Amino acid sequence: MRIIKRAIAGTMESSDIQIVVEAGQGIEIELKSSVEKQFGNQIRKVIRETLEHLDIKDVKVIAVDKGALDCTIRARVLTAAYRGADIKEDYNWEVIN
Amino acid sequence: MKNNLGRDIPEQIAGNYKIYQGPFEQAIEGRKSSPKIIRVKPGESKLLASLEDAVIKSGLKDGMTISFHHHFRSGDYIINNIMDIIAKLGIKNLTLASSSLTSIHAPLIKHIKNGVIKKITSSGLRGELAEEISKGLMEEPVIIRSHGGRARAIESGDIKIDVAFLGASSSDEYGNANGSNGNAICGPLGYAKIDAEYADKVIIITDSIVDYPNMPASILQINVDYVVKVNEIGDSKGIASGATRFTKNPKELLIADYASKVIVGSEYFKDGFSFQTGTGGSSLAVTRFLRNEMIKQDIKGSFALGGITKPMVEMLEEGLINNIFDVQSFDLVAANSVSKNERHHEISSSFYANPHNKGSAVNKLDIVILSALEVDTNFNVNVITGSDGVIRGASGGHCDAAAGSKLTLIVAPLVRGRIPTIVNKVNTVITPGETIDVVITEIGIAINPKRQDLIEQYKKSDIPVYTIEELKDKAIEIVGNPEKIQYEDKVVALVEYRDGSIIDVIRKVK
Repeated sequence: MRIIKRAIAGTMESSDIQIVVEAGQGIEIELKSSVEKQFGNQIRKVIRETLEHLDIKDVKVIAVDKGALDCTIRARVLTAAYRGADIKEDYNWEVIN
Repeated sequence: MKNNLGRDIPEQIAGNYKIYQGPFEQAIEGRKSSPKIIRVKPGESKLLASLEDAVIKSGLKDGMTISFHHHFRSGDYIINNIMDIIAKLGIKNLTLASSSLTSIHAPLIKHIKNGVIKKITSSGLRGELAEEISKGLMEEPVIIRSHGGRARAIESGDIKIDVAFLGASSSDEYGNANGSNGNAICGPLGYAKIDAEYADKVIIITDSIVDYPNMPASILQINVDYVVKVNEIGDSKGIASGATRFTKNPKELLIADYASKVIVGSEYFKDGFSFQTGTGGSSLAVTRFLRNEMIKQDIKGSFALGGITKPMVEMLEEGLINNIFDVQSFDLVAANSVSKNERHHEISSSFYANPHNKGSAVNKLDIVILSALEVDTNFNVNVITGSDGVIRGASGGHCDAAAGSKLTLIVAPLVRGRIPTIVNKVNTVITPGETIDVVITEIGIAINPKRQDLIEQYKKSDIPVYTIEELKDKAIEIVGNPEKIQYEDKVVALVEYRDGSIIDVIRKVK
């Protein structure tokens, strides 16, 4: 899958994460999190794994996390990625399992 | 070295302080501290024209200890104003012994940087000031004391106050002062009473001078050196909220439901019982649930204790509880009740919770409901540092009420956002696990193995009972395993247990 345009998913509400994806080189993740000290590495790992599952190799991710759980992070990354790839059907839901 | 809760206390600190050994293990000796004898003759006036005059007349010098109370909470103007004046007068190296500090006290940062304040002791720290101190702003560690512990420290002389600057909602020109009349009402002055009795110099600061005598008074003329009138003592909105609203949060209501079931099912819930609840959403809801159950079973309480809120006042007025012991009112309904209801008694922090007097009110508590930021699998409770290790709370009366009460309940959600409440090891111990009986979350309760009687009793009930390890595992299942907070060696605060021993230290966050 290829990110061809800037796209966004999620909100800045408590327990959510806002994911912005845009075209990039390699996987680059810029994270701001209210739980950086406790979960920063875990959040980066979940974002990266979700992107890899979708076979995305080049993307810049700007994430603003307000304490989202892993399942929320996966869902938001998935949504932002499909929007950024301009795919509107035949979603691969497997990645959020 | 490690103290007997396994908390790592640096050798240098262990050498200079008593170390925590258990809730009632410290030996006590000696006599109470006493203030200087000062005579005011007939005809002498105590009224001063300005705060600056007050600071000068007080004889404040480099290295002395000054005190304030926190009854004006986040509406307080007194501490910042006085510190600005002290700084202007060039006085340095002071110890600030406030009963607590809130987010409004961020301007103190500049007075720490410019050397006016060298040491601090307080129940808590919040906001920017707390963050800066956690980052290592001060050379000397702050000493965190509980409300009972501060009263103990003042009576024993561990804190020797040279000058107490005490704000009051009203005062007469001779120093009879209270928090129940005036432009900005705060209610009882329970924390300030002890400062007034033990400080060498006592200055009352008010925006409302009333006719002599201003009775009943929380602070008496026999202890007051000077009275100063200012334009405003604080922002009344920050001092006391209009009324406390009941929570609609389903999680908090479920926790409250379990908590009230634990209470009602206990042997302590009977005619003449006593209780204390906090101001959190769950705590207030427990008060409401208890009220309904008391009406249903025709049970009357002997007293309610603590920081007082509207629901307790309503129970007093309905005749459901016979007395209120009030060290500080949290809302206007409570603040106004003291002068209205003769069974609503203002008490000092020593009467409330001092472990080293001849019996404080917490000793007579049957049930207390307390909150927590973190609880660990040894039932130790943290109410001062966040999950990121940064100071953001207060010791308050937490460990005092827990030690005194027959049944101590902790109400807390299993997780807050992504932060687990039940953990392997709390960042900071304020209250030792041996004084905690039951932890109540929205998914069920955990009972301290020390209380086999309660375990037997509640395993037959319809409340889900888990071990504390099971609760911890359930929290981790939801949020994942948090990484450990990285600390540097520098100690930014010492946590004193109520008896004066060091129960834990707070280190600088990396």
